Amino acid sequence: MATTQAPVPVSTIRASSQRLQCPIKTHSLHFATNSSNFDKLVKASLSLKQSRKKTLTIPHATPSSSPSPPTTFHGQCYVLGDNIDTDQIIPAEHLTLVPSKPDEYKKLGSFAFSGLPSSLYPIPFIEPGTDSTQYLIIIAGANFGCGSSLEHAPVALGAAGVQAVVAESYARTFFRNSLATGAVYPLELEQEGVNKQCTTGDIVTVDLERNVFINHTKGKEFVLKPIGDAGPVIAAGGMFAYARKTGMIP
Amino acid sequence: MASSAISHHSAIFSANKEVGVKSSLNSSSNIYKCRKSVLCKNLTVMAAAQLSRAPSTTGSVKHGMTMTEKILAKASDRAKLEPGENIWVNVDVLMTHDVCGPGTFGIFKREFGENAKVWDREKVVIIPEHYIFTKDERANRNVDILREFCIEQNIKYFYDIKDLSNFRANPDYKGVCHIALAQEGHCRPGEVLLGTDSHTCNAGAFGQFATGIGNTDAGFVLGTGKALLKVPPTLRFELDGEMPPYLLAKDLILHIIGEITVSGATYKSMEFVGSTVDSLNMEERMTLCNMVIEAGGKNGVVPPDETTFKYLEDKTTVKYEPLYSDANARFVADYKFDVSKLEPVVAKPHSPDNCALARECKDVKIDRVYIGSCTGGKTEDFMAAARVFLASGKKVKVPTFLVPATQKVWMDIYSLPVPGSGGKTCSQIFEEAGCDTPASPNCGACLGGPRDTYARMNEPMVCVSTTNRNFPGRMGHKEGQIYLASPYTAAASALAGFVTDPREFLG
Repeated sequence: MATTQAPVPVSTIRASSQRLQCPIKTHSLHFATNSSNFDKLVKASLSLKQSRKKTLTIPHATPSSSPSPPTTFHGQCYVLGDNIDTDQIIPAEHLTLVPSKPDEYKKLGSFAFSGLPSSLYPIPFIEPGTDSTQYLIIIAGANFGCGSSLEHAPVALGAAGVQAVVAESYARTFFRNSLATGAVYPLELEQEGVNKQCTTGDIVTVDLERNVFINHTKGKEFVLKPIGDAGPVIAAGGMFAYARKTGMIP
Repeated sequence: MASSAISHHSAIFSANKEVGVKSSLNSSSNIYKCRKSVLCKNLTVMAAAQLSRAPSTTGSVKHGMTMTEKILAKASDRAKLEPGENIWVNVDVLMTHDVCGPGTFGIFKREFGENAKVWDREKVVIIPEHYIFTKDERANRNVDILREFCIEQNIKYFYDIKDLSNFRANPDYKGVCHIALAQEGHCRPGEVLLGTDSHTCNAGAFGQFATGIGNTDAGFVLGTGKALLKVPPTLRFELDGEMPPYLLAKDLILHIIGEITVSGATYKSMEFVGSTVDSLNMEERMTLCNMVIEAGGKNGVVPPDETTFKYLEDKTTVKYEPLYSDANARFVADYKFDVSKLEPVVAKPHSPDNCALARECKDVKIDRVYIGSCTGGKTEDFMAAARVFLASGKKVKVPTFLVPATQKVWMDIYSLPVPGSGGKTCSQIFEEAGCDTPASPNCGACLGGPRDTYARMNEPMVCVSTTNRNFPGRMGHKEGQIYLASPYTAAASALAGFVTDPREFLG
């Protein structure tokens, strides 16, 4: 049971590791007796390499036969400003939907960003009459996902079809919940004001190997902070899935 | 550890950003940022040293810990720790409500098995209160799901409600989770309380570590009783001076959020100290800690004292150990406020940090006033509103909605005499002022809720509210305009029909 994933080399560029709330979790119902193994696993998984600016390598040694995790996302982007709070991402009246029920999960997705004021965001995120979005990548300003600590915000985005959010910075609850659920990749930009240089509908690429965000329509490229240890967690499908995949829990 | 060095770095960066932030209240407030740039330089030096060696392995110079660090150290069985470290803590209390409970239980069963049992049936507190008094079938079903789980798991603390037509017919029902937790003695100094709600930080008023988490994290805690947390560095807020008679804790926290912005405390703890804080009662301290999340904060703390112990006397017999920041603890930044110079404020639409003096908004015509929620629907909040109505003797000019946070608050409104009124209760004063009848205790329209929620904003209108967030659509309608305010300011505004400084009515 004490198998250890080869530690993923990570860049120590600023807030990527700061943002790393829950890289790996493991559990046992008999927690007390397994605590020494447990501590070893946690230490191994949480140790950050001191080397700077290494490119992220996606681990290959996954025990299951699932496809290797994505390294790029490509598609149309939807552009937002600063301080987009959870009520704009998913209005509170829809919180009666229980995300662990598959049909309600889908319904939650259909309401993603329905809280945005249409005066500021005239282009609907989801076409009326449909339940998923054509905008696979969100570009946002600072403090994305502020407000509630409910998971419904990243879950709604994931359910709607969003693959990645590229923001200037995140509220900690949104970032943490994105990791825990594996719903979306929460990527952070190195520079400020990138959202002001993008327009909804631009064709963009997020490249996790080179840590760049490319806006093809505008012909611009921006540096991303490496997602680090958080990457494999999201790729696996969240905390529990990652722990299971890497053999840390049965 | 490298991770803690990096968190110091980002603290430097965020502190640097703040130095440039304009205080919106320069004319009247007296805010003194304590040697921030010097602090930054000191941190740079310390961070560089930490990159090359891990203090815990080389036995470096000992320094003190902040209250939050101490609480987390105790909860993780560590002698000491540093901000930035990821640690496993033992959770003392896990709270969930009707919105997140079902999802949390779904995850718990999916991950730990259909027949799994929660780690401790006495440490889980389940409180239906978000969407209760509604005909929404899913909302009603969610309360049933809570009940099924509690019966199956034999959960000790489940504040159930079955008869939705009359909250008083439900002896177990409490109301708003954060106030229920406090009133039922679940908040204790030195402990770790996690809840599936952002305002779980409310409990920091008791000198404990309390923060909001999502369903997946909560599902994990349910199975193991542990959570992986990153130790936050602490921002210190020293509030001194006598509290003016027209100011409340809500004004203080709105000032602070206006100063540091909605992301000013991101990944950080906020510690509130000073003579003013010492003078606040527990409900006012809760108001202070409640809105820590609105500054992006991870948790807030107030040092426990006689006020805390007295409040807890008749509420819990569980032994607790108060913890306090060491004299040589390191804080990321220090803010000092001379409270005697502060004025009543509001947070204008559409952000809790859009702070402005109430008196400068006196031309803003309003359509309604809402007094309620964990932030502004406690007994003290209603007493405060009643004082303003009493002082005025007039009737409100706009619909004024009153939603007590819990059954206890509701009973207080109907039974406690308001000082200086000749024995009248809050409810009588509210009735004479023409307010709506106090409603069933729950979260109500603070976050909109199902369409039929009492006092929900279903058309665009301007509302002064004692709640906690005013982002677009918060109370229902996307074009609604919400001015966050103290109960004094809310009551004054109701009387005037415009956003109004309570000094118009209070001495």
